[in-house]
Amino acid sequence: MCGIVGLFLKKDELRPQLGDLLTDMLITMTDRGPDSAGIAIYGDETDGMVKITVQSDTPAEAFADLDAAVCAAVDAPVTIKVVDTHAVLTLPEAAEKDAIAYLEEKGLRIMGSGASMEIYKETGLPKDVAARFGLRNMGGSHGIGHTRMATESAVTTMGAHPFSTADDQCLVHNGSLSNHNQMRRKLAKKGVFTRSENDTEVGAAYISSRIADGASLGEALEGTIEDLDGFFTFVTGTKNGFGVVRDPIACKPAVMAETEDYVAFASEYRAFADLPGIEAARVWEPEPATVYFWER
Amino acid sequence: MTTTLDMTATELREVNTTLQAAAKAQANEAFEITNPRGSHAMACGLDGPLSVTIKGSTGYYCAGMNKEATVTVEGSAGPGVAENMMSGVVTIEGDASQYAGATGHGGLLNIKGNASSRCGISMKGIDIVVHGNIGHMSAFMAQKGNLVVLGDAGDALGDSLYEARLFVRGNVKSLGADCIEKEMRPEHIEILKELLEKAGADAKPEEFKRYGSARKLYNFNIDHADEY
Repeated sequence: MCGIVGLFLKKDELRPQLGDLLTDMLITMTDRGPDSAGIAIYGDETDGMVKITVQSDTPAEAFADLDAAVCAAVDAPVTIKVVDTHAVLTLPEAAEKDAIAYLEEKGLRIMGSGASMEIYKETGLPKDVAARFGLRNMGGSHGIGHTRMATESAVTTMGAHPFSTADDQCLVHNGSLSNHNQMRRKLAKKGVFTRSENDTEVGAAYISSRIADGASLGEALEGTIEDLDGFFTFVTGTKNGFGVVRDPIACKPAVMAETEDYVAFASEYRAFADLPGIEAARVWEPEPATVYFWER
Repeated sequence: MTTTLDMTATELREVNTTLQAAAKAQANEAFEITNPRGSHAMACGLDGPLSVTIKGSTGYYCAGMNKEATVTVEGSAGPGVAENMMSGVVTIEGDASQYAGATGHGGLLNIKGNASSRCGISMKGIDIVVHGNIGHMSAFMAQKGNLVVLGDAGDALGDSLYEARLFVRGNVKSLGADCIEKEMRPEHIEILKELLEKAGADAKPEEFKRYGSARKLYNFNIDHADEY
């Protein structure tokens, strides 16, 4: 069992409230996943720049002068924002690959990267994780979150969701995949590698790899129904929006709500209780083996 | 007189204890629950006449094991609504999630919207009326009772069905193993007419098709011995 939440804003006026709304949704899903929590938030972006989110268990040492070190390593201007165990480095797109290689070599864990996406995830109760990162104060256009009850791999930062396997793409999952080892080997043959032993990361890598091959988000999500075996309710985030797909058996719960202001996803209706205007929202359960996505 | 319980001020456990005690008292009181916020197991285990109106949507297992009580949800219901219901009436004004009315022994579950997958799974005598559509694997291993669907049914309707009657007005995506379309006889029209009236459904019994068990899975077929 895990909890998933997602919120896609249709109106810019709500942007400053995104973190606040998502945090309440996330904390409500604590019963479904008390061992770790994470959030991917799509916020402000600067033309030509990329944000890399990294994590360290010893942030004081690891993040001290990290901007200067990366700047020297990739020969490009770098700014850093430290948020508890995470740091977001902003640098020119052209230097992204070298910067990630350098950061990995230094033993930092890469949470994700992209023009607008930042990922924060840790072990612990969702309310504690949210407080550590100040999720309530984060603004943005859309975000997805996850509360984890681990089944397939260890309770670690790297095992927490969301998983990001390409720029501005991420995935959260409720369920378990049974062919993830086989799929991991298939993807590795294509040169697509994962960073953890987790089944969901393979799902994320599968979607990213399909998109890299030219598939649309919708086509990549359709592909999960054919190519991934097991139970899943997936919510995937991209720079422009988010998508939802459930396996054909659809035993993992899902509910959606839409108003003029937003589209919301959750494992249970409880997570919607504090959303503005929810009483008048259209609420429905996404159909099995059916792809839904919203993009701006 | 209607007693109002506001769930922003009253804990779920207290709400259920109050309702269960009132049901046991056999006084046929009326309760209104405000701000349910999708809570789980609301108004479950009621054992006696009682009228409960929930002003909003509920989570898992609402009105489970209901006996004699009338429970109305003025919103949508999460998974397992009216699970193992014995008698009484449970009405959902919105949609119901998966396995609505599972294993129900009696009473009426009236869903005004759609019900998702596994509606009426293993039903044992309950009557379920769904004004919208139902999802896949509905009435799987259903033993007794009636499932009435005004809209469409998903894949594998009535798989491994026993003696429950299934009435569908719209399309059936596919029938499950051993489930077949059957003749609609006058007695079935009568049953359906009564159920539609009880549920306040605007439909004519003649518009429905009846599905039931081909009864081929009841006994081991010796000709299939080599298959195992």
